[in-house]
Parts: sequence; C-alpha cells; structure tokens
Amino acid sequence: MAKTLPFARSRVAHGFMACMVWIAAGPALAAAPFEDTIAQRTLACTACHGPQGRAAPDGYYPRLAGKPAGYLYNQLLNFRDGRRHYGLMTQLLDPLSDAYLMEIAQYFSTLDVPYPAPLPTKASADVLRRGEHLVMQGDAARQVPACVQCHGQAMTGVAPNIPGLLGLPRDYLNAQLGAWKAGQRRAHAPDCMKDVVARLSLDDINAASSWLAAQPLPASSKPASAPPALAPGARAIDCGSAPEALSVNAAPPKAVK
Amino acid sequence: MKKTIKLVLAVSLVAAGLAALVWTLNVRDEVDVRAPMAAAGASESLIARGAYLARAGNCMTCHTARGGQNYTGGRGIATPFGTVFTSNLTPDDKTGIGTWSSAHFWRAMHNGRSKSGRLLYPAFPYPSYTQVTREDSDAIFAYLNSLPPVAQANRPHELRFPYQSQAALAVWRALYFKPGVYEPDTRRSAGWNRGAYLVKGLGHCSACHTARNVMGASDEGVDLAGGLIPMQNWYAPSLTSSAEAGVGEWDREHIVSLLKNGVSPRASATGPMAEVVLRSTQYLNDEDLSAMALFLKDLTAAPSANGTAPASATPAIPGARGAKLYEQHCAECHGDKGQGVPRAYPALAGNRAVTMPSGVNLVQIVLNGGYAPATAGNPRPYGMPPFVLVLGDSEIAAILTHIRGSWGNHAGEITPIEVNRMRANQGR
Repeated sequence: MAKTLPFARSRVAHGFMACMVWIAAGPALAAAPFEDTIAQRTLACTACHGPQGRAAPDGYYPRLAGKPAGYLYNQLLNFRDGRRHYGLMTQLLDPLSDAYLMEIAQYFSTLDVPYPAPLPTKASADVLRRGEHLVMQGDAARQVPACVQCHGQAMTGVAPNIPGLLGLPRDYLNAQLGAWKAGQRRAHAPDCMKDVVARLSLDDINAASSWLAAQPLPASSKPASAPPALAPGARAIDCGSAPEALSVNAAPPKAVK
Repeated sequence: MKKTIKLVLAVSLVAAGLAALVWTLNVRDEVDVRAPMAAAGASESLIARGAYLARAGNCMTCHTARGGQNYTGGRGIATPFGTVFTSNLTPDDKTGIGTWSSAHFWRAMHNGRSKSGRLLYPAFPYPSYTQVTREDSDAIFAYLNSLPPVAQANRPHELRFPYQSQAALAVWRALYFKPGVYEPDTRRSAGWNRGAYLVKGLGHCSACHTARNVMGASDEGVDLAGGLIPMQNWYAPSLTSSAEAGVGEWDREHIVSLLKNGVSPRASATGPMAEVVLRSTQYLNDEDLSAMALFLKDLTAAPSANGTAPASATPAIPGARGAKLYEQHCAECHGDKGQGVPRAYPALAGNRAVTMPSGVNLVQIVLNGGYAPATAGNPRPYGMPPFVLVLGDSEIAAILTHIRGSWGNHAGEITPIEVNRMRANQGR
C-alpha cells in the first residue's frame, strides 16, 4: 500500500468507515460464552468481516460465508505469500499453517447465511446493458470471455475454487478488478484473471461491476458443483487457482494467453 | 616546510597503522580457504543433522522472500542504516553457493566473510554464529548443498552512506566483532553447556534480546537483558529479569512448551517470537529444548517486585473510560477481571507481557491483533482481532492504562502519544 492508488485509498477509507459502523453497533459483538469451536477461534476474522463472515455493512471486508472453500483458501495463501496486499491480513496469517488456513476456509464456506438485497444502482441503462453483455456474453472480438463461463451460469461460483460474483458491492468489485489491472492483486500462475482484466477498460470494469452489484441472488446461492458447458466458439481458460475447471471443460488444451 | 612533511608523514604512518590494525582484526582466526575440498559426498546422516541445525539457526526464514522459493534469499532486512537483502543459499553455481567449499562456508559463519572476500553485514547474525563449531557448520553446509539449485541473482543491499562501504564495515567489525567458538564452562553440566551453545550460537537469541547501541552493535556482549528490535518496534523482553521474560522460577517443562508449542501455562509467543517458534524452535528435540531451558533458567537475576513501574513512569491509574472500553472490547475473551481463558486467551492480571516497563508490544498487539503460532503441539490457536481501525489513540491508551493498573497489576501508564507513535510507524 505504499503507492497511493485511488482504489487502495478508498479501500482503507471504506474499511475505516465500516469499522466505525461496527462501533455504533457495538453490543452486537458483546459477550457470548466461550466455546472450544472454530467460530471462537476465528473471532479475529469476524471482527472485521462481520458475524459469521457476513461482510461489513458496505462490503469492505467482504463476505466470507458460503464462498467456495478452495477460493477462500487460495486468498489466504495469496495474502500470506504476497500475491495480495493488506498488511493486517498478512500479519494475522503469518504464524498459521496451511492445514489451519484450510480449516478456516472450509469453516466459512459451510456457513449458509442469507444475503442482503442488492443496493439500488445509480448506473445508467446504457452502462447496465453493457455490463450485462460483458458478464453474460463477453466480447469475442477482444478475446474477453463471458464472466459466466467460469463463475457459473447463475454467477454463484463453482466449487471448490471459483468465487461467485453476486452479493458484492460495486465498490468492492471495482477495487478488486482495478487491483488486478494494476498488478496489486494476483493469483496462482497461470493467472487467468490477470489476462482477462488486462483486456478490459476502466469503463468495462465499471459497467460489469455496476450490473453485477445490482443483481439479486437466486433462490439457491450455493456455488455450482461443475462449470457450465463451454459455449460454442468459447475457448477454455487455464487458471492456476482452479486447475480442475480446464479439465472439466475438456476443450482445446491451448489456453488463452 | 620540513615540519609539514614530518606531520604528513606521521599522520600517514598512524593512518596506515590503524588501517593495518583494522585489517588484522578483520581477518583474525581465519582458516585457509585454499585448502583442497574433501572429495567424499556428504552422508545422509550428515545432511539430516545439517537440516536440523539449520532449523535451530532459523536460516530459511531470512533467506526466503515472501512467496519466494526456500533458501533463494531476497528478503529485505530493514535496519536503521538501510535495507540488507539476504542471499541465495541454494547450491547454484552462478547465483548461490554452488562453488563454495565447506571452508568458505565456515569463514562466512565464523568470520563473517563471503567467498569473494567481501565482509558481510551483521544483519547476518555471525556475531552469534561465530560460536558454532566447525563440525556443525560443515553439517549445515552439507544440507544446503543437498538442496535443489535455484538460479536467482542476489539483490544488492540498499544502504546509506557511509554504511554501504566495506571500509566502514571493517571499522565496525574491528570495534564490535570478535570471532570465537563457544567454550564450554567445565563447572557446568553437559546439558547446561548444550543449552548455552544453542542460545548463544545458532539460536542467535541475542540478535533481538540484547540491546544494540547506536551503531547497531550489541557491545555489552550476550547479556540477553532485553532490547527494542530495530525497525520492527517490538520489544524483545529481558531473559534475565523476572519482571520481564526471565524464566528462573518457571518449571522446565513450561519453558520447553513455550518454545515447542508457542504456548505454555505461563506465557505465549506473539509477534517476532511467534515466527521463531513457528519456523525454528518447534522443530528442536526435547533434549535440546530442555538444555536451553536449563541455561535460560540460570540467567534470571534475583527476583524483583513483579511489574513495578519504573521510577520515571507515571503509575497507571485505572479510569472509568478505560474500564468501559475494556468491558466493551476486551472482556468477552480476557474476562471481566483480566483472568483470561486457560489454553485460549491469556490472562492479563499478573501477566508480565502486560506489566513489564516497555508497553510497545501491548500497543502492537492491540493495533494489529495476532495469532499464536500454529505448531504441531498447538495446531489451532485462538486469535486476537486488530483494533487499528476501531479504536483511536486515546481509547487504546485508556484501555492499556486500565489493564496495567488493575487486578493487582502495578505498571506505568500508556499515553496516547506512545500509541500514536506506533500507529505512525505501521508502514501502511
């Protein structure tokens, strides 16, 4: 966070405000009896990410509950190993083992708590149309795959490694895609998201984020168990963080580079 | 004119004499590195012993960058003089130690000189490692040589003038560094001597637990009387004071448990010590840990009143504001009387980490939270959340002053300025 990228600044500011709200809601955290449970052991996480990992009210410190375990585990490793950057996360994770991080990831992935309704959008109809098109169809001319190709037709993610895209505020989505574009957020190589985001303009990112943030969750918010069949003409994508997705697609072995 | 020439001559002679002295002091006790290498390959048992000793020396932690390959170096060690980057210890011929002999390695460990002849910066703790025996140095070298070679060029240090010069380093070494293997104290048991050897040598405990002077040297020798870790702003407590981390009155198994598991009935490891337990001491066998405990127990000076505020500090007076904030943010885990929860959350009443004169670790823990290390003996530690974004400087000061003056604790107050200084040094 040495470079004061605008999204990084806004991230800190939002995190700060989020926590201010927690203070206002102080008694929500108050005295529960001690239990020898994983929930008790992860109070250090839920202090910022909200009770049961429901997310802080504005989404900075995003939701953890119900996200695919492999995805959460990879993010913990990414923070620990320097592919994502947030000092507080890194310091907390440094003394923990891979096995324990996996247990923490699995715990949050099993939590089934309701999502809040999406916030009303201020984006124009044009922006939303463009966002919907990028998410659902991609842009073949620029080799931008549809988001749903990997993140699931219902956009609720694919177990165990691919996260859902719904239930996340626009600011959070923008910050993450911006971080990818700036090289501040990375994943295991080959880093497919880096390649995809590199082909998106800031307007594309804003359009996709605006549309995604305005969508309600479907009745079943759980991640799909397998990626959708590859659409005609679409190419399989090689992702270091989700190696199984490529083989399931069983499409051309050549990855989009 | 004659006078001037004489003066110049005299000054030159003195300068040359001093330079010669500095150089002599820098190369004393060195082996001949041109001696031919033993041809025989290292045995499995030697490599295994080297691996164990490398754990005891915690070599990999500094010689691995975050997310980098093990032992390929590149981790920056921040010092008050600039940043020193660790080197590639894999046996790569071009970028690692592939062309080194065991004598070269010994010279680095024992004398702090690289194969190239370059003097090494004491961020590499050779002022401690010099106490390691040649036999142990050779075992570590055999282990490093058994690693897969990885080509990764060393990153040049980023040190300020004049610290980047070899001449300045030579003067530093002449003043503060003396090579010498650990000499057993024949009046003591073999166990005590083994413990002293590990603590003073490979364990390099004094790198943190002994105070450094303005030149970054521990010129009082290995006194282990506590010191502020430069740049990190953690205080490594005194191992000789029963008011800090001295263990003279502890059961030996509790000391072993702290080093092995990161937790014990008497204290738990946090901050930089959590990393030491995680990556180094948890891998040591019970015999060695027990030996270290034996030596450490002997370090403690006569007991003093627990947690007495230093004369200069204002005693902490618990206040209503601190009590209210404590109740709101801390009592759920640490208890309404600071009693904690056994095996999960440390008690704050009578806890020396709370009552010792330096408050910097307390401020660190409240700002950033933290977990005890996840060790084989305590694989699922409980954690403390960060409060850096939740509580302001004066609130944290009020809470810490409250706990330092309550439930029988009699330590000094913590001021908002102290908290602010730490917050400003967070580097993010």
